[in-house]
Parts: sequence; C-alpha cells; structure tokens
Amino acid sequence: MAGSGSMHLRPEDERVLSVEELVVEFPAKGGQTVHAVSGISFDLVEGETLGILGESGCGKSSAGRAIMQLPPPTSGQVRLGGEPLTGVGGEKLRQARSQMQMIFQDPVSSLNPRRKVKDLVAEGPRIWGRQVSDDKIREVLDAVGLNPDVVWDRRPHELSGGQCQRVCIARALMLDPRVLICDEPVSSLDVSVQAQILNLLEDTKARYDLSMVFIAHDIAVVKNISDRIMVMYLGKVCEVVPSGRLAKEAVHPYTRLLLESVPTAHLDADQQEQGVPSALSAELPSPLDPPSGCRFRTRCPLATELCAEREPELRPAGDGHYVACHHAEVVAQRPPVATGLVEAGA
Amino acid sequence: MTQSTAQVHPAQAPVTDQPMLVVDDLRTVIQTARGPLKAVDGVSLILRKGEALGIVGESGSGKSVLGRTIMGLHRTEGPITVTGKVLLDGIDVQALERKQLTELWGSKVGMVFQDPLTALNPVKKVGVHLTETVRKHRGLNRAQARERALELLDLVGIPDSRRRIDQYPHELSGGMRQRVVIAMALANEPELLIADEPTTALDVTVQRQILDLLDRLRAELGMALILISHNLGVVAGRTDRVAVMYAGRVVETADARSLFTQPHHPYAEALLAAIPDLDEPPHLRLAAIDGSPPDMSAPPPGCRFAPRCRYAQDDCVAVAPVLDGPGGHLFACHHPVNAGSLPDERGER
Repeated sequence: MAGSGSMHLRPEDERVLSVEELVVEFPAKGGQTVHAVSGISFDLVEGETLGILGESGCGKSSAGRAIMQLPPPTSGQVRLGGEPLTGVGGEKLRQARSQMQMIFQDPVSSLNPRRKVKDLVAEGPRIWGRQVSDDKIREVLDAVGLNPDVVWDRRPHELSGGQCQRVCIARALMLDPRVLICDEPVSSLDVSVQAQILNLLEDTKARYDLSMVFIAHDIAVVKNISDRIMVMYLGKVCEVVPSGRLAKEAVHPYTRLLLESVPTAHLDADQQEQGVPSALSAELPSPLDPPSGCRFRTRCPLATELCAEREPELRPAGDGHYVACHHAEVVAQRPPVATGLVEAGA
Repeated sequence: MTQSTAQVHPAQAPVTDQPMLVVDDLRTVIQTARGPLKAVDGVSLILRKGEALGIVGESGSGKSVLGRTIMGLHRTEGPITVTGKVLLDGIDVQALERKQLTELWGSKVGMVFQDPLTALNPVKKVGVHLTETVRKHRGLNRAQARERALELLDLVGIPDSRRRIDQYPHELSGGMRQRVVIAMALANEPELLIADEPTTALDVTVQRQILDLLDRLRAELGMALILISHNLGVVAGRTDRVAVMYAGRVVETADARSLFTQPHHPYAEALLAAIPDLDEPPHLRLAAIDGSPPDMSAPPPGCRFAPRCRYAQDDCVAVAPVLDGPGGHLFACHHPVNAGSLPDERGER
C-alpha cells in the first residue's frame, strides 16, 4: 500500500478518532475518477492535535470532510471513540456528528448573513431541541474573546474576519464536542489576526478538553499548533512526524522540498542571503491518473525504478516518526538545510 | 500632519543617475458611501534603476492601491482623487493622457496581478495574449510576433512552448498561468515590474519557482521590481529594500536585512513576532497584535497604530510621527523599538 500502511497507528483503546484505509473518489467526466484520497490511515489520541499538511489537491480537505461523512468516503473505516461512523446512517450518524465540529476556511461565508450572533451561536443546541440560556451563550462568547454586550445583536457583515472566525469557534463549542476539525481556519486572515485565532484555538482546546485535527498548507502554522504532523501528497501519506522534529528530522523528499520552499521572514542578523535552491519544475500529476508506485516519484530527485514498481509503505524512522519512502536513508544522511537534496538529485 | 510623512529623507536620494521611480506625497482618496476613504495617505518613495523594493502590509493597508496608482490605473477620475506626484523615469504618470498612458504600460512599466486566471482571457489562446501586445507596441507582423511570443514563453521557463502557445488558459496549471502573465508583462521589456501578490494564489513549491523566476529575470533584464505582498517571508529574501505600510502610510522603510533583523517601528516588530517560526518548538504562544486595523474612512488621530501599540503614550495620539531616521533606515515612531542600534539622539528608550 502506497504511501499508506498503518504502522503509525496507536493502540486502539487510546484513540479518540481512528481512520483506516480511507479512500475518497469522485466521478469525473468521461467515466474517469478523481482519486482524492487513496487508502490512508491515521488516528487521534485524547488531547492531541494532529496537523494534516499538504498543498492544494493533496486530499487533506477531502480527508477531513470524510471524517465527518461529508460526503461519506468511498471506502474505509472511520471510528469515533470506538463507534463506527462509516456505514451507519440517519439518527446514529446525527448523534455522533455532534461530537465532532468543523471550522472552515472562510468564516464569513460559513455564517448565515441574516442571523444575529446570539442566534448563530445558539443554533446547534436549538436544532437538538435543547434549551439554551443566555448565560451559556455569554460564557462561550467570552471564552472566544468576544464581548457579549458588543456583538450580541450584530450580524456577520458587521464583524471582521477574525471576529467571524471567533463566532464559528463559539458555535462549535456550544455542542460540547470531543473533536474539533479545523480546515484552513486561518488562511484567509491577516498575520496579526491569524496569531490571535491560533492562540485562541490552543486555549480553547485546553479549556474544553478537545482533540483536534488541524488541516492547513502553511508549514510554520501547522508546526506551531500540532503535536503530530501528517504530510500528504496526491492522496497519500508521505510522512508522519512529531511536530518538534519536523524542521530538522523530516526525511521524506517531499517534506524536505516543502521545508526548503518556505520563504522565511525570520532572518538571523549574521545569516547570509537566503540560499534558495532551484525548485523542481515538474508539474503536479493529475489525480485522475496518478503515477504508479510512489506518487511523488515524477518530481522526486531520488526516484529509481523501484519507486515506479512498488509503492512505499510507512515505516519507522525514529521515535513516533514514520516515513513512506524507499530512499529515506539517503535523505537522512544529507544536511537538513536547503540545497543538498534538490541539487544533488537533479 | 499632512506634510509630516511626505518628506523624502536626503539619505535616500540617489546622487548619480536619475531614479527609476519617485513617489512624492502621494494620496489616493476614494469617495465611498461612508465618506472619503484615504487609501494611500502621503507616501513618498524612491526606487533606483534595477532595484527591488518590497511593500508589505496587511489587507487594507493601501499597498495595492499604491501599486495601482503608481501604474496610473488609479487617477483623478470618478470617485477617485489622486494628489502628489509619481515620476516614472522622469515622466509624470498622473499628468498623462489616457493614450500616452497605454504607451507607457508595457514599455516602461508592467504589472502582474494576484490571480492569474482572471488576468487572462479565457477564450483566447496563450499566444494571442502575448502577440497582441508586441504587435501593438512594436509593429511586428504575425510571424514575427509569434516568434517573439515563443521567445517570451521560453524566457519565463514554460517547457514545450510550441505546444503551450496554442493552449487556452484553463489548460494550464496555476503556476504556468502566472508565468504567462509574467511573460505578458515582460513582452515589451519594461524597466519596472510591479508584482502585486504574484504568488498568493499559488502553492508554496510553485511560489518558490515564480519568485526564482522573478529573481532571474531581474538579473538578466536589469529591471527594477516592486514586490507587493502580505507575506513578509516572500519579500524578505527577494528584495533590496522593504517598506512596511499601515493604514495608508509607510511606517518604516529600510534595506531588507536591517528591517527584518532590527525593526524600529512597533508595528513592524509585532508583525514579525506574529508569524510562527519554523525553527522554534511547537505550542509557543504567538505574539498576536490586539485589535484590528483602523477604519480608513475615520482613521485615528496621531499615529494610526497607537490604539494597538503596546508602547503608545500620550504624544502618539496627539502628534503623528514623521518618517525619518538615520542612514536610510526610516521609521515613523516617537518611541522606536530596538533603539540600542540607533544613534543617541533617537535612542530614547
């Protein structure tokens, strides 16, 4: 199994969320199929934040939505606290879903423009037929850093993007979820506001005992908030790595390419001009017809025949660190900073 | 305070050749339903030939409007009022007739926008986008124009240009489209390229390719570059000098290295601190900037960053600070940070 495998999964009784052999496919014109997610597995233990990192088209959002059964995956198992979500429908799924809440990229368009903040926040429990006290709404608004007296009667267009994202988080919290799934929650926000929301998510997670799946394309953001990071490429998992070891110890050629591509504003005073290695020019292959074997091989400087023939499986590369690459050892021997990999291989 | 931010510091003035671009006390005011909105409010800049200037700021800081006003895309017309001067290689852009302006575009200055798909006409082939401009500006015939188009596609690193030239924009990836847009901007060899968020819609690996391309082209063609971005990282490694904008004004400008390592304006410092650093351990609390940028139809008096600034004192609200400083590192702040690196008279903190 390709860039997949299940070695990185933790014992079953520790998992809050467990996803196995997840496949998400969409029909395309001409009888073709978009292979969005192709047999990936991951899990989430109590209180953990799992970061899913990848570029557009890697399947990270499809994977996140498949957890919520939005839409249900083509195949594979999703379990929340041991209860299967795949294959169950109707009332049972509805019950389970309230334990998972989702935060989306565009906070303004995820809120009904005609409703007031107090009603937006209370909407979830009201759908469940629960009584919602004003005190509870105030408490949650307070927890997300909004002044209830100020925003109470406002509508989304009267709030900034950051404030709308706070309302979205408040909405999610009203249902006392166990798992929060955040899909690019800060990518439409300015840097200064992005930091506010990231801090808020960390606080919220601690205060409400949440576990979190954090999906984003920004490496530094994902690294900062996650305990464990899963790097995806074209529907497959490349690497699973504890976030503290991402920058220095990542060994998948794709992860290294990502790391080398990040432009940084954190220059050291004595550092020379950024050594920017020449990037790989190859294009992202089509998810309609992904490459055989390792899907990254068409852009990988280390690719060999083996990579075309056999799909690499996730295997250990250190404590809690797993990589799906036939040549990870070669990468591991190269210096962790820039240039080495791309130039030597090209 | 009208004049305060307008002064061009003598240290910045080039001694020898004519500068590529001089922007002097530029103001772009847009009439809106809620009153006049001062999108650009007294910006002065000098750009030497071949130099790369980065303009960074958050949304609403006026950086895009500034770029478009320099181009002459915004001029005193309809709801827009432009005052101040833009001298592009000595030519007063705002004083030009519309027809003269179109001649200037392409040959003197080219522009690359954020979204490559909307910058291209979906029903025209790649080649047409490129031949159109060179035929108009240079009077080439059909065959010559096509040769020039192929040359341009090769220049911006599009592989298999003979096939690509007859494709439509939707058949190209985002990165390829942005290369085509850059090729269009370069078709008539401008001396200045203004790139407004050229990589924001692109993935990080593609972003690097496009930034590398801009670097290479600048070196090969010797053109000046204004790189506008909200991403400080994008600007950090790619420009000689950087201007940080906040609420319509430049609050700090310096050579890229000193700005990123020794910022003096609290906003520049806070902006840098708010970005997570890849080399730090996870779960570090980020230094967020409280509040949000001001409403530009009613900006606060004095220093516009004062309401969000943790160093703000009474004088910040009373008097707008002047953009000034030693040795080309200019900042508009009464209480600069990292003051240790400043000469004594300003090192008050």
